[in-house]
Amino acid sequence: MASIDTGGGDSGHKKGPGVKKAKKMSTRIDMTPMVDLGFLLITFFIFTTTMSSPSTMDLFMPKDTEKDEDQNKAKQSGALTILLAKDNTAYYYEGELAPDASNFKSVKFSELRQIIINKKKDVISRYVNDPKCVETKLTESKARGREKTRAEAEDECKQADMVVVIKPNKESTYKNTVDILDEMTINNIKRFALVNISPVEDELIAKTEGASGGQ
Amino acid sequence: MPSVKIPKKSTDVDMTPFVDVAFLILTFFIMATKFKPPEAAEITTPNSVSTELLPDNDAILVSVDSAGRVFFEMLVQASPQLKYDVISNMNTTRNLGLTQEEMTKFKNKVPAVGMPIAQLKSYLSMNEEEMKRVKMPGIPVNDSLGGELYFWIRDAISVMAGKKTNYLIKGDNNTKYPIFDQVLNAFKKNDIYKFNLVTTPEGVPANTDRDRLNKAILSQRK
Repeated sequence: MASIDTGGGDSGHKKGPGVKKAKKMSTRIDMTPMVDLGFLLITFFIFTTTMSSPSTMDLFMPKDTEKDEDQNKAKQSGALTILLAKDNTAYYYEGELAPDASNFKSVKFSELRQIIINKKKDVISRYVNDPKCVETKLTESKARGREKTRAEAEDECKQADMVVVIKPNKESTYKNTVDILDEMTINNIKRFALVNISPVEDELIAKTEGASGGQ
Repeated sequence: MPSVKIPKKSTDVDMTPFVDVAFLILTFFIMATKFKPPEAAEITTPNSVSTELLPDNDAILVSVDSAGRVFFEMLVQASPQLKYDVISNMNTTRNLGLTQEEMTKFKNKVPAVGMPIAQLKSYLSMNEEEMKRVKMPGIPVNDSLGGELYFWIRDAISVMAGKKTNYLIKGDNNTKYPIFDQVLNAFKKNDIYKFNLVTTPEGVPANTDRDRLNKAILSQRK
């Protein structure tokens, strides 16, 4: 036990016959309750502490434009449209949706990353080397204050044609929306858009869901 | 045979180092803890690889819980008077008939509002205990303008003019997309296009482009 030593200061001093010898009390203190209390508090703080502070993810939305000519045109070859539906399912098509919906494919949400990676590889494989582009990107980023590395600039040039269009339907969850936006960061996709789903696509999803539900 | 005498040892253990360590840990946890402010609704945010930290001042926070209830909150610890300005503004434009006292109560005791404007008066006239018990139905957002949320955002922007304001959206994992879309709409109608989505951080998955870029940037700095 922890103790405070106070004895021995006046040893050898003889007291007179009339002086009563004071009873020597032990100065040891029982520390056990203090330890108990200490650990109780530790336990409390461990349970109440949250170590990770929340982070934030940037999202830029375009201004809604009525005019057609204001809208960004995407190259057919580099476009990938991802549709999010209920229960972590997703659908996608490359380029424009075929009239007979032959390029409309169903996929599990977790498999989307591979599709995005494949699409990016595909776009990059068609890239014609253009050293000027990299230089412009580098000088541009320098002028803006946040200098890019060469690897970043090169990647940006190679995927210049790529655009991912994300269309969550009304039964998809917010989690899936954030996750797919996060996939854009993970795979370093520079151009992507969060767009409202069109009735045609909505119908196709409903049809596919109906067909798979009947099996 | 001479008997071997085993010396009797004390069973007392010196607890001092143990106590020292215990209190050291205790001090650490007390210092590191930051208590969460009371929240109107339980919200589990999705994960993301983003590492940007959440700004906790000069921000407008719109939270959506899993049931689709929308809450509006102004994070203005540095100048709480702004909250009073918003409610008094709302009071005049909407003829709510709030008293000075009720508006002060809004400033001090209501962290996040989730009440339709029409029910604000009856909510603010309650005492604190009742206010805690009431389950707020959420701010209506379902029309082309973004519902009443539009007015909250508009008033908040006007009182926060001149400050660099962040617009935070905090959604639950199970929130349905249309509600989120309507919240975005309410912001867009106010000409705001840049948002911060509140997320829980997670690591970047290995062997992805971002992962490779991060490594390239790191090795270049070395």
